[in-house]
Amino acid sequence: MNLSNIKKEFPIFNNKNLVYLDSANSSQKPQSVIDRINDFYSNEFSNVGRSVHALSIAATNNYENTRVSVQKYINAKNKDEIVFTKGATEAINLVANTFGQKYLKEGDEILLTELEHHSNYVPWHYLRNLKGVKIEFAEVNDDGEVSVESIEKKITLKTKIIAVTHLSNVTGAILPIKEITKLAHSKGIPVLIDGCQGAPHLKLDMQDLDCDFYTISCHKMYGPTGLGILYAKKKWLEELPPYQGGGGMIKEVKKDSISYGDLPNKYEAGTMATAQVVAFDQSIKFLEKIEMDNVIQHEKELMDYAQEILRKNNSVKLIGNPKKKGAVLSFIIEGIHPHDIATILDEDGVAIRAGHHCCQILHETLGITATARASLGVYNTKEDIDQLNFSINKCKKIFNLK
Amino acid sequence: MNIKELYQEIILEHGKNPRNLRKTDNFNKDAKGYNPLCGDKVHVYLKLNEKKKVEDVSFEGSGCAISMASASIMTDLVKGKEEEEVQEIVNDFLGMIKENPQLKSKNLKEDEKTKLMCLSGVKQYPMRVKCATLSWHTLTSAIENSQEEINTEKMD
Repeated sequence: MNLSNIKKEFPIFNNKNLVYLDSANSSQKPQSVIDRINDFYSNEFSNVGRSVHALSIAATNNYENTRVSVQKYINAKNKDEIVFTKGATEAINLVANTFGQKYLKEGDEILLTELEHHSNYVPWHYLRNLKGVKIEFAEVNDDGEVSVESIEKKITLKTKIIAVTHLSNVTGAILPIKEITKLAHSKGIPVLIDGCQGAPHLKLDMQDLDCDFYTISCHKMYGPTGLGILYAKKKWLEELPPYQGGGGMIKEVKKDSISYGDLPNKYEAGTMATAQVVAFDQSIKFLEKIEMDNVIQHEKELMDYAQEILRKNNSVKLIGNPKKKGAVLSFIIEGIHPHDIATILDEDGVAIRAGHHCCQILHETLGITATARASLGVYNTKEDIDQLNFSINKCKKIFNLK
Repeated sequence: MNIKELYQEIILEHGKNPRNLRKTDNFNKDAKGYNPLCGDKVHVYLKLNEKKKVEDVSFEGSGCAISMASASIMTDLVKGKEEEEVQEIVNDFLGMIKENPQLKSKNLKEDEKTKLMCLSGVKQYPMRVKCATLSWHTLTSAIENSQEEINTEKMD
């Protein structure tokens, strides 16, 4: 499938001047997803799983239909292994909280990496005070990667869970998560993968990967905001305690006892993001239609092109040079602060992000306070990269750099 | 709004060669400021004499052109002024960056006002206002000796 026309499916690009290079932050939405939200609210809205009227039954069916679509898309064994959350952040908090509650005690260790986004560190940090656990960080190498060896080095007899990113949102490194999982399992340690950046750009197969938990951010995957997915092996969802209490997650409530609902309801307390879940089915259909192989191919071509151009550009320094790299280009320009770059690029309609990208540990390790980051999505083109380079040159001109 | 109005020559020049980027010997007041959004940090040092006049003021830190230029121009302007005058200038500057079209301070000469007004371009860039105000809030904190680190995410 030719992706050159895919931009047309995203109404935001009716503004021809927009060069959107901030998809690692959040992706734009195709018309089909926007329409589905509108249709659902206009003609089909009802809360799910509660009432017996026709609207509620249809809404419930639509809602559960997305669960099955997600299950198939990531090749999970069972649809009950798919839990909807308000975001990937909540998904990680859910695991950290319930796993910590049930299995962790003083002196236990949680192994993360220096690449992690704050959302895969802060939820674990709470367990330091609460349970007296220690947090270890596997080291990043000079190319911005974390190897299996560097994970292995930090595993001890006290390591109780390993939580790593699939794809770094700063260096773009794709981690060897299958090998990491295999290693961890050989030592009886469960693994959580933060798939926020992985899911929109890579093929997912939970059964092949064999990880215990995988978290997805739907708004980075051409879907609505306010929605995330936790994939967890069924045995974990059965063994772990519930996360939030409320309506919808219970079986029987009495004055002296409460029993909890079956999976996945046990983890979906309160009214869920119904319209977002229903619309997310369209995001999956969108990705299935263009096929992940094409997405990967398209983004690789763009990345090769962008890296070639930016490397030729004097004074631009790319951050991270991993052998396996996703669609993220972080860079610095000697003599221009990333926030100045971002403001000047914005004047040309080029939207990038500047800052620490919620990865302060990594930036400290790299010895820089901030980077500029251009990140790609399916809709980007070589022309977008040319415009990026053109606007970078404009920055250099304003700042009198060569 | 033209990008050139934000990045005026004087800002680029101060950003590149900030004045008073050092640590004052024998300072008697100081404070730290931090912008968690971009990781920028600033440390302002003050030396007030017995008449509460600013004998020396300096800063250490790193940041974007706007924040460095702002700290540089600020330290240049308040040197030699009295503590109360400094406070009045800070308030006037913050008022201008927030809403006032002009500076009103009686403690600034016309050429000093002109220099400071070069920073008024950031008004058009709400996300960048904190870059321009970080060092000024930090200066206030130093004068008040509040020992509290200024954090741009905890300000109005």
